[in-house]
Amino acid sequence: MNQPLTNSLRQGPDARGRFGQFGGRYVAETLMPLLLELEQAYEAAKKDPDFMAEWRWLLKDYVGRPSPLWLAKRLTEHLGGAKVYFKREELNHTGAHKINAVLGQILLAKRMGRSRILAETGAGQHGVATATACALFGLQCVVYMGATDVERQAPNVFRMKLLGAEVVPVTSGAGTLKDAMNEALRDWVANIQDTYYCIGTVAGPHPYPQMVRDFQCVVGEETRAQILEQEGRLPDALVCAVGGGSSAMGLFHPFLDDKDVALWGVEAAGRGMDTKEHAASLNRGRPGVLHGNLTYLLQDESGQIQEAHSISAGLDYPGIGPEHSWLHETGRATYVGITDDEALEAFQLCSKLEGIIPALESSHGLAQVMKLAPTMGKDKIIVLNLSGRGDKDIFTVAHHLGVKL
Amino acid sequence: MTKPAAQAGTGRGRIAARFAKLKAEGRGALMPFLEAWDPDRETSMEILRGMPGAGADLIEVGVPFTDPMADGPTVQLAGQRALKAGGSLAGAIGMVREFREADDATPVVLMGYFNPIMSYGVERFCADAAAAGVDGLIVVDLPPEEADAMDSAATHGLDMIRLVAPTTDDKRLPMVLNGISGFIYYVAIAGITGTRSAESSALAEAIPRLRKHTDLPIAIGFGVRTPAQAAEAARIADGAVVASALIDTLAKSLDDQGRASPDTVSRVLDQVRDLAKAVRAG
Repeated sequence: MNQPLTNSLRQGPDARGRFGQFGGRYVAETLMPLLLELEQAYEAAKKDPDFMAEWRWLLKDYVGRPSPLWLAKRLTEHLGGAKVYFKREELNHTGAHKINAVLGQILLAKRMGRSRILAETGAGQHGVATATACALFGLQCVVYMGATDVERQAPNVFRMKLLGAEVVPVTSGAGTLKDAMNEALRDWVANIQDTYYCIGTVAGPHPYPQMVRDFQCVVGEETRAQILEQEGRLPDALVCAVGGGSSAMGLFHPFLDDKDVALWGVEAAGRGMDTKEHAASLNRGRPGVLHGNLTYLLQDESGQIQEAHSISAGLDYPGIGPEHSWLHETGRATYVGITDDEALEAFQLCSKLEGIIPALESSHGLAQVMKLAPTMGKDKIIVLNLSGRGDKDIFTVAHHLGVKL
Repeated sequence: MTKPAAQAGTGRGRIAARFAKLKAEGRGALMPFLEAWDPDRETSMEILRGMPGAGADLIEVGVPFTDPMADGPTVQLAGQRALKAGGSLAGAIGMVREFREADDATPVVLMGYFNPIMSYGVERFCADAAAAGVDGLIVVDLPPEEADAMDSAATHGLDMIRLVAPTTDDKRLPMVLNGISGFIYYVAIAGITGTRSAESSALAEAIPRLRKHTDLPIAIGFGVRTPAQAAEAARIADGAVVASALIDTLAKSLDDQGRASPDTVSRVLDQVRDLAKAVRAG
């Protein structure tokens, strides 16, 4: 099912790894042969029924998929408009959507004979997911994490270490996700023989944006089947936070050709879209090249990359996956901004009304739902990707609310 | 298999002329590197001006960028110092323009990443760089697969210099070498700048393999630090690029605020002199 049609929006990327003008492989020659090898290995793996069966089995019995589609009744009543459903990725093993693509990539790494796995992480969710998969398969795991993030995501750092991973704090730049990704790329190029770089989002050089998206599409495919079963029709709107954009891409992609399903990507507006402290690359950036792909970036007038800001470490990235840049320019998806304060409010509301503590990333999506639902009729349906759980964020939130733990 | 011709139809000729002259003299080239505006414009301008007199045969000028993903800590920090001092792509072009007022013979190559060029505008950048007297470009994150982004370079007479790495296999080489001019930059190690050095035996095997595919001069970079290593690289290939070792010297000469000291320029140029002496002795 859901095979792309001839005029489908689901056909990208092209042979050069591009979605429109976005994407590509902007890497040093040293890495280029590795990317070509990876592309071939991935193309072969996804056509191999045994490979896909092993991945599906892991998703079912290790991750706990399918994740439920939950009708958030009290929140719906509170907002007084469209029916709100949560796609509950936060119930996955390790507490977020990240594990879906990690398991696919780790199986691929094994198939390619690699024994050492690299990951970059912002909030720590992708690092935890990668460390988990490496523990499961007995692989060596090295996680690069910005020194700033090591500090603000202490519980996840401890988790990764418990799982046997080495966590390397990155002090270059502002010590956040962007700098962690630079370091991971540098490690990879120096250790190509035995190392696989497990990227956590739909960014980086081709084939990563495509590969991570393909693995994350399980989110949207399940959502589609579940909403058809529960409501007998497709939703009117899908909402998801975007940092690099893997959870949003996974939810959106299976619906790209359903023109009546509105797609809302939510960028972190930090302290305000018109301040200098936000992570809204689509709304406030312009196209450029970073981390191997051409995409919208926060940059100054001379092409230097700017630091992003968000209360959520997972959205604190000055770029975005190239396919989102393409969806933005073609107008298929709409990208809006939610501030730190709005996300904090949504975080608390969801905890109290639904008994679910959402990740700060997902709280950005939820805050947009809170704006959207009241403007839509009660016969309308919104699905929010509740991409992660908020346990990791309670220290950050307590700090912002002036509570000492 | 046809080899790309050494003169390949592009280039302003300074690079080809310099390599031809050195070939006649029977020696390889020393190509020192400096990061534009590290630690400030005036100091790096003085180093640039002094390099030919200290024995530089060609000069590589690094363009500062916030995210130099192929560079190790030494070049990263140089870039950060340069950016803090106000360095930029426009600033690097300006330095070359000033350098050309007094030196019309020493080839200058700009080395950097694509985003500042894209932001400047590729066409405008190529025109301005050529007018300032830049001879060649190395855009680290433009592999052959993305090289069409810089098609304007040739029309402005700029040599497009491409990286060849230990990971570049024979099957890929013809594609990597297609359409380039000036020289070939052989990345001696699979890794980042300033971290480790290649084994002589690996270079002795890699360079002849490369020569089967091209008549263009070959320079070796990444991990060339000492006069002995530079001499060896220039002997095995046609030139040696020394970057991190010079930047280390510069960094060590700075005061605790990161500012240049009175001997910053002379210490860097003395090191260039030592390297040049070794390269010339063969």
